Amino acid sequence: MHELSISQAIVDTAVRHAGGRKVSRVDVRLGALRQVVPDSLRFYFEIVGRDTVCDGSDLELELIDALLRCDCGREWDPAPVATLDGPLIPSFRCPDCGAGGAETLAGDELRVESIEVEETAASHA
Amino acid sequence: MHRTKIRVAEDALDANETIARANREDFDRHGVAVLNLMSAPGAGKTTLLERTAERLEGVRLGVLEGDVQGSMDADRLAAKHVPVTQLNTENGFGGECHLDANMVRSAIPALALDEVDLLVIENVGNLVCPAEFRVGEDARAMVTSVTEGEDKPLKYPLMFRACEMVVINKLDLLPHLELDVDRLLANIDTVNPDAKHLLVSARTGEGIDEWVEWLASVPARAALASA
Repeated sequence: MHELSISQAIVDTAVRHAGGRKVSRVDVRLGALRQVVPDSLRFYFEIVGRDTVCDGSDLELELIDALLRCDCGREWDPAPVATLDGPLIPSFRCPDCGAGGAETLAGDELRVESIEVEETAASHA
Repeated sequence: MHRTKIRVAEDALDANETIARANREDFDRHGVAVLNLMSAPGAGKTTLLERTAERLEGVRLGVLEGDVQGSMDADRLAAKHVPVTQLNTENGFGGECHLDANMVRSAIPALALDEVDLLVIENVGNLVCPAEFRVGEDARAMVTSVTEGEDKPLKYPLMFRACEMVVINKLDLLPHLELDVDRLLANIDTVNPDAKHLLVSARTGEGIDEWVEWLASVPARAALASA
């Protein structure tokens, strides 16, 4: 449900950089740890973008897997794995030494990388 | 007409972070430590704060009460003589399901910051969105109640990972439930190994002294962090 707020933040960022030009494409890097549902984000992006220069633009998402690093040197993806008794259990505790406090190397991205704008004759004048 | 690519390279929540930093500077200037308190609706944030107001000594508590609408929670805390300011997200903020830095900024002029040492921002009840938006706080805590089940850390890891303290509330209801407390604690541990937790009943007062002790330590730790 936070996809609405996040799509608003993406549109606001794109509008700020567009300088009044029509936006045709927005490229976003999205980390797995943000728990954003891509289809839901695209749905809200289309609605929130209406009545802005982002109206009708494509939202291109680059999905980034999570990667953690422990002080002991172990790097791992905490993505949930199925257990015998059913639930999907992610692990943010080091699989080797059991320590907490892992550093997040990747997976918390929510970054507008670039936008593509349409240059008309007027915008060159 | 042709198309031009413009490099942005900006976190989508940068604008919120910038305002959150401005809030933090205002709070710091007045020597106020801030706790962002979050939970699902009905987990017992307000009842916990009522008990807190009764027992917290030596630290002047203030509350910024976030709700979509209504002032029921603020009224309950005002009855405990806590300086409380209501912030409704339906008033010009589109009925948002969370507080963001800009909403909190709009409420700062109404806060009696010189009369408060510790401001608790009681966020809108929601286990997802509030975790995304910093509001200028020094620390973040959440309440999860035993009636919510042991699987919530696995379903909402973003929230459980955002908080340094997880208060497990409504312990008095355990005899009526099939909840496996050890399983709940293991689930919290797997998504946030660094989180502290407390088992409390805001209704009976069990565990509240330990919570109040932790809460009272927030200003000193905040001062240390900003020094």
